[in-house]
Amino acid sequence: MTRAQLATVKIVAVLALAAAPFLLSPFSITLLNYVGIYSLVAVGLVLLTGIVGIISFGQAAFIGIAAYATAWVSAINGQSPWLGLVLAIVLTCTVAAVLGLATLRLQGHFLSLSTIAWGLSIGFLFGNIDGLGGFNGLSNIPPISIGSYALSEGWQIYYLIWAFVVAVLILLNNLLNSRLGRAMRTMRGGKTLVESLGVSAYWVNLTAFVIAAFLAALSGWLYAHLSRFISPTPFEPLAGIEYLMMAMIGGATSLLGGIVGAAVIIFLKNAVQDYLPVIAKGASGQLEIVVFASIFILFLQRARQGIVPFLSRFLPQPQPKRPEPAPPLPLRNQPAPGEVLLQVEGAERRFGGLIAVNKVSFEVRAGEILGLIGPNGAGKSTMFNLLTGALACNSGKIVFAGRSIERLSQAKIARAGIARTFQHVKLRPRMTLLDNVLLGTYTRTKAGLISGALRLERQEEASARAEAMRQLERIGLGDHPFELAGNLPLGNQRLLEIARALAADPLLLVLDEPAAGLRRNEKQKLAELLANLRREHVTILLVEHDMEFVMNLVDRIVVMDFGTKLCEGDPAAIRNDARVQEAYLGSTV
Amino acid sequence: MALLSLRNVSVSYDKVEAVRDVSLDVEAGQIVSVIGPNGAGKTTMMLATMGLLPLAGEVIFEGSRLNGLEVEERVERGICLVPERRELFADMSVADNLILGSYSLKDRSGVDAALQQVYQRFPRLLERRRQKAGTLSGGERQMLALGRALMAKPKLLILDEPSLGLAPLIVREIFRTIASLRELGVSVLLVEQNARAALETADYGYVLETGEVIQEGSASSLIHDPKLIAAYLGGH
Amino acid sequence: MTSDIAAILAIDGIATGAIYVLVAVGTVLIFTVTRVMFIPFGDIAAFTALTLAALETGHLPGTVGLVLVLAVLASLAECWSLGRSGRGRHIPKALAFYLLLPVLVALFVRLALPLAPSMPVRIVLALLLVMPISPLLDRIVFRPIADASVLLLLIVSMALHFALVGLGLLFFGPEGVRTQPLTDSAFEVLGVHVNGQTLLIVIASIVFSGLLYLFFGFTLTGKALRATAVNRTGARLMGIRPARSGTIAYLVGSLMAGVSGILVAPVNTIFYDSGFLLGLKAFVGAIIGGLASYPGTAIGAVFVGVLESFASFESSALKEVIVFSLLIPILIWRSIVSPHIEEEVEE
Repeated sequence: MTRAQLATVKIVAVLALAAAPFLLSPFSITLLNYVGIYSLVAVGLVLLTGIVGIISFGQAAFIGIAAYATAWVSAINGQSPWLGLVLAIVLTCTVAAVLGLATLRLQGHFLSLSTIAWGLSIGFLFGNIDGLGGFNGLSNIPPISIGSYALSEGWQIYYLIWAFVVAVLILLNNLLNSRLGRAMRTMRGGKTLVESLGVSAYWVNLTAFVIAAFLAALSGWLYAHLSRFISPTPFEPLAGIEYLMMAMIGGATSLLGGIVGAAVIIFLKNAVQDYLPVIAKGASGQLEIVVFASIFILFLQRARQGIVPFLSRFLPQPQPKRPEPAPPLPLRNQPAPGEVLLQVEGAERRFGGLIAVNKVSFEVRAGEILGLIGPNGAGKSTMFNLLTGALACNSGKIVFAGRSIERLSQAKIARAGIARTFQHVKLRPRMTLLDNVLLGTYTRTKAGLISGALRLERQEEASARAEAMRQLERIGLGDHPFELAGNLPLGNQRLLEIARALAADPLLLVLDEPAAGLRRNEKQKLAELLANLRREHVTILLVEHDMEFVMNLVDRIVVMDFGTKLCEGDPAAIRNDARVQEAYLGSTV
Repeated sequence: MALLSLRNVSVSYDKVEAVRDVSLDVEAGQIVSVIGPNGAGKTTMMLATMGLLPLAGEVIFEGSRLNGLEVEERVERGICLVPERRELFADMSVADNLILGSYSLKDRSGVDAALQQVYQRFPRLLERRRQKAGTLSGGERQMLALGRALMAKPKLLILDEPSLGLAPLIVREIFRTIASLRELGVSVLLVEQNARAALETADYGYVLETGEVIQEGSASSLIHDPKLIAAYLGGH
Repeated sequence: MTSDIAAILAIDGIATGAIYVLVAVGTVLIFTVTRVMFIPFGDIAAFTALTLAALETGHLPGTVGLVLVLAVLASLAECWSLGRSGRGRHIPKALAFYLLLPVLVALFVRLALPLAPSMPVRIVLALLLVMPISPLLDRIVFRPIADASVLLLLIVSMALHFALVGLGLLFFGPEGVRTQPLTDSAFEVLGVHVNGQTLLIVIASIVFSGLLYLFFGFTLTGKALRATAVNRTGARLMGIRPARSGTIAYLVGSLMAGVSGILVAPVNTIFYDSGFLLGLKAFVGAIIGGLASYPGTAIGAVFVGVLESFASFESSALKEVIVFSLLIPILIWRSIVSPHIEEEVEE
């Protein structure tokens, strides 16, 4: 599909939305209004759950805070609903920020449990705070007025609701294609990669969390002024899981999925309410819950992907444009060749009774390739994790570029100029090669939330894309930048990881067993790339099991065995060292 | 007839074919060793044999096909895998770990005797029987993993990298134990990187490289093969 | 607050907590063995109370219908998956377990009902009737996605809870019930009035926790259950079937939840949807124990009970808010105490 065709589709969609009130019955418009309102929440959940990977059961509480805030301003205090909007957003986002600050460091299911906790607590509050109408709710909420024009009819507020939806879609779509959005899209599938790119997972989580709450606030505000009456019921946990259901059934990895999901659930609900009383007289209310919960469970069992991702496989994809040349990103000051860049002194790490790394010391000098080798179980990977901050030392010192790093987080170490690859390749298989390499430029670029959403960072983005393209070409994968990373064979995935690391313009490149599992020709290709990097004086620490692979590539070798440093020297000396042969090649029985 | 036969076995995961068209036999009472470098597909092959990964091809044990049987059913037929990661019950006592080794046995009358035998074989485990498995040292963990497997009275024991991460003295002890299993009538399929020790213990060997068997033969012939010496065995 | 009131509140709280202990311990058991956070245990407790109440009035409990519906669904699911994987030979055994056994239980209750059984018999009948529910739900709902992430299982568990609430209303109706007291006796303990029901709750909780401890510590089945919880792959390699461990865990957990339902029914009025808060508060207790430690869980559950008791004295409207808000600091504390880092222990 060309860009022009895509634009045509979008314009037709907007025109159809605009024409709907003239073509459809008032009841259909009411339904569409609710679709729009719930879409806002569901799109927020798509961002939070499908893209960033935080499953929240508590969005209904955020909607409730906003709805009660605006009801308090307009119905109780007689002020303008627009003032209500301000309070709704400020209050909801503040509560979200506080909750997020407290809970977003929690891991996996603990985080989701916390959303149940505050979802319940806030849900119980609405009926129990004096002056908010208790369980009977608040009525007489005025309609929204623009100037003196009151949006009291369904079709009038319809335009406001859908204007919000369209604007939110455009802004979020921009955001997801910016620096911050790429970081968000990387969050699912493990924090280790994200942190190794210099991204603070916590802040990205928090941003997504507050955005989702903001969208819930918009939704709550519109809801209060559309229905003109609120009570605690729609903000209870049951509603929270309904929103989750919308996002997931629509397709939690796609923004459009939020809208489709909201539409499907609302129309389905309407149909169920029409037909269930025919099937089961007098029991339709509870049957409705059973039916919906069963549909959701079946969906989660059989078709977790959701509607939009399923359909989009059959639609033509828009052709992306290859990055064009652009001004380069700023470079780091590389240290003078021969200068000590990394110094490890007496590093030690224990796991329970096992000492994985036992008082190991060595150094890496600028411009050299140092091989860290040893048999399986020698503690190389643990040493690697100490260097990159994935694990903390029990004792010892690690100094990098004049700075002590043994207490720094992975992200801070990455920002200090250490870029790494992973023994078990960590790429984002559903992202393109180019996007995967672009992740590497995170520490070299600055664009944030606002500039990303409003596309004010195009110049920097162009430079970053050009840089990523340059790195792709450097490793020999420049021909198909829009291929998905998951489609590459293992050897090329390894190369792609190196390109991503190089895109960070690192002072030190650390490679974790890059040759493991590679076929012979793949190893050759990797060796060629490393030899090229050596000629360009990139400083590399190569952790490797395969001794032959290392021998011809490195300047010096450090050998580890049983967690300790066995010896150190140039490749020829190591090859002839009897201790190394004993450790490496196996003792006799 | 061989106790265990793999016929044209291939294993793929994540689109990568990690094992390609491998055929292999373990005769009853033999120790058969599979050697090869890191990432050659040795572990993958063992997991697939055990039923933990899906495979193409045939696995035949005591003359009947195992394809389609679950892991637990294979255990009940007398195959026991000691995986590379040991997979001990870290939060449970050494004694409980051993008792659970006998879970698959329908006839429980010999369990106590078997337990005593394991303690006799590994006195360290007797000393530590009340300790949690997670607190053991690397060597003791491997002894416990071996002991637990022996509690199941297996016909075939598959050992994946039993010497991994262990000190030379303990490696020696482990290999002595493996060699002594012949007397118990237990057949062993031994996967090792420590090629020399593995071949010195085994009757027959296979060399696996990037998922394919590139060489096989009696252990004594492999150990003197100049090509293998250069690649895996080191100049001694 | 005087010390008298404090003592009364404390005793009240301990009794409430003891109820939570039973449900919470079952929750931990299920989570460790199957990785499912089984929110619906509260519903199981409530359904037991409703079943017992129906038996008292001589009506056929709604549970019979519920169990039969679930048994049919579970049998269909099991036969279909057996047939599809070419293991049709196991179908008769599967039908005996998933269809025949629950039907026999239902039939037994139906036949016993006209004989106006005595209270102990009614209690046993109620427990028998409720126990198949969660293993059947496990087969229908969780077995097909046993390998899914903990989070996905949690979402499914939440959805399942709401489905059960709907089913509860269908099968039991909207009326609340309160069953006959199990004992009328009362005591003075250190100058504070304690009624027999409270004491019974606490004793039952201790006894059943003790039985569970013996089961885990001294039986092969109990150890196999723990092994599955500690290391699934390791357990499979010893021939322990995780699905079977799961079923046993659900049965044991249901028994505990059922007992708690029977104990609470004479004290509180139970509705079809009362299980949610009961289950969630027990869950808070389980989280205090890190979803792993049984003693920790028991202490946590009693703590929640006592906190709730004092909170409801201060502000009965906000007691739920207080209890659930507490969960957030607990979660933060738990994740600091036992951080699960992605550790590659040995390479």
